[in-house]
Amino acid sequence: MSQMNKRTLLGLTAAAALTALVGCGKKEEPAAPAAAAPAPAASVAAAPKPEPLKVAWVYIGPIGDAGWTYAHDLGRKAVEAEFGDKVQTTYVEKVPESADAERVLRDLASQGNKLIFTTSFGYMEPTIKVAQEFPDVKFMHATGYKLAPNVGVYDASFYQDAYISGMIAGAMTKTNTLGFVGSFPIPEVLRNINAYALGAQVTNPKAKVKVVWVNTWFDPPKESEAAQSLINGGADVLLQNTDSSAVLQTAEKAGKFAFGWDSDMSAVAPKAHLASNVVHWGPAYNKYVKDVLDGSWKSDRIVWGTKEGVNEVVKIADAVPEDLKKKIDEIKAGMKDGSFEVFSGPIADNTGKERLAKDTKADQAWKDKVDFYVKGVDGKVPTGK
Amino acid sequence: MDQFALLIAATLASGTPLAIAGLGLLINEKAGVLNLGAEGIMLVAAIAGFAAAFNSGSDTLAFIAGAAAGATLAAAFGVLVIWLNTNQYATGLAVSLFGYGFSAFVGLGYVGKKLSERTPFEVPGLSQIPFFGPALFKQHPMVYIAIGLIAAAMWFLYKSRSGLVLRAVGESPESAHALGYKVRWIRLVAVMAGGALCGVAGAFLSVVYAPLWVEGLVAGRGWIALALTTFATWRPVRVLLGAYLFGGVTMAQFALQGAGVDISSQLLAMLPYLATIIVLAIISRNPTWIRINMPASLGKPFHPGA
Repeated sequence: MSQMNKRTLLGLTAAAALTALVGCGKKEEPAAPAAAAPAPAASVAAAPKPEPLKVAWVYIGPIGDAGWTYAHDLGRKAVEAEFGDKVQTTYVEKVPESADAERVLRDLASQGNKLIFTTSFGYMEPTIKVAQEFPDVKFMHATGYKLAPNVGVYDASFYQDAYISGMIAGAMTKTNTLGFVGSFPIPEVLRNINAYALGAQVTNPKAKVKVVWVNTWFDPPKESEAAQSLINGGADVLLQNTDSSAVLQTAEKAGKFAFGWDSDMSAVAPKAHLASNVVHWGPAYNKYVKDVLDGSWKSDRIVWGTKEGVNEVVKIADAVPEDLKKKIDEIKAGMKDGSFEVFSGPIADNTGKERLAKDTKADQAWKDKVDFYVKGVDGKVPTGK
Repeated sequence: MDQFALLIAATLASGTPLAIAGLGLLINEKAGVLNLGAEGIMLVAAIAGFAAAFNSGSDTLAFIAGAAAGATLAAAFGVLVIWLNTNQYATGLAVSLFGYGFSAFVGLGYVGKKLSERTPFEVPGLSQIPFFGPALFKQHPMVYIAIGLIAAAMWFLYKSRSGLVLRAVGESPESAHALGYKVRWIRLVAVMAGGALCGVAGAFLSVVYAPLWVEGLVAGRGWIALALTTFATWRPVRVLLGAYLFGGVTMAQFALQGAGVDISSQLLAMLPYLATIIVLAIISRNPTWIRINMPASLGKPFHPGA
């Protein structure tokens, strides 16, 4: 009997050790870059140089997601390249949008980070809360709308890229049916769907957009299933607002067209890939780091765009006609100098109701509240009612 | 009508990985071992399969690699719970977490890589039949193999002598031990076979279904397969039907959304889970039936000579 107890104990210890091992492995992962950094910093400390500015990033996904988080991490690397030993960067991956986010933010702030980027919409409340406890730390929250004396907000104009993708899709479709795989029905995603439809109508007045919601940012097999279902329903050019390349690869398998999202995905689907809508956070991050370094940082909300080169459409396929490419360049130029606005009146929703009057350009407040489909999009925005 | 045929085709493909993984877990559980590590095992097998397919261009090798990776990780789990008598729940969860982290680590170099072109498989002759051809006979061979595996498992568990011994080990390991059967080794073989099947399912997801590798690719299908096994009251044919039902409702709700039907997508997203639970609960509502089918020693450690 006693021998059995010992064995059970031994076994439990082994299981506990395995669990602990796994647990540690996960925690150490994000800490590794920070741990690696002090070595050069220590040797620098001998010279009479100022302390490096400690900057931290909080990521929702793994940097290996080949999409959203990967793009933010490229931005972090751009900061390292730009400022060298004047900064010391850290990141924490896969932080849930829950109480965990608060804990991670508090840890980062107490470790001496003076500028912290929180890169997902769901970090908004935790960021505001922790910022109150650390008034001398600057926080920058991505894609939100709440400001505080030491909290700023930054965003990108993804809908500009969705519009250009729509122009390409309208020209390339044979069935006049486009598909969109949506994550969650929030204004940001609805703006992209609407811009996709408006862009398509420029090159093809008969183009219709069908939307399928997957209710997740990341589930590659489910994204494939949604894409397959759109293709089964007759859609032949797909765009998505989800984080993996599954939609593009499903289109490749079915002999249809699609786009890359967040990062350059041309390599995974050479035949289906029409263009990639990418985001370069580097210019934005460099500005914020520079502002904190020279003391000029102030709390504001900036929506970056094509103008600053933060979001752009790259690798447009050879299959796209030359005159359309020229037209796209004109639109891009208009976006850069501010003369072209995607959401320009008149805009009606798909029930015929006017949402933006003739000869008006949408302002930020209008864009923040998009809760409808424009004319040309099938169905109704899911509201849960 | 064409749309309906495509919906059936998509349902079969969507249900296949769940059916294969569910069958593997059923074999585990029939031998009395509950493996909550399915998600981690499927992830490790998914990257092993993807790497094999990427480097060799062969689907067959990819499935062999997936099965081998699944069986290996399952064997580690088996040794812990069968010989060291660790808690099956805790160890299974540890294997899931380990599989997630490990697959992400070794798969880093394969993110965003593309597999070479495949010619789609068609059943000669039958694929030309209108409606039934596109609905049933233009699938990846693994879809048909899965049905064969279910049939084989039914024969094995209920008609063969070895199947009887396996079930005896899951029902009453003490009796099986007294009759001279090596309970621990039989359990290990069952756990490894189950792991191999979960591995095939993982490789199917990364090589055929998605087809891509990215961290966390399996996205909870291991847990769905575990639940399916229980709701199917450990009957292979119900695992298959449950998997198709789940896949079918998933695809049908996407089709409804695409057709612009005015039902909230959040409600539709819930439907596959709801429909599978309701249908399986109804067909399994007889408590005697559940008692007969549920392995009596499921999740309990066995100590020979205790």
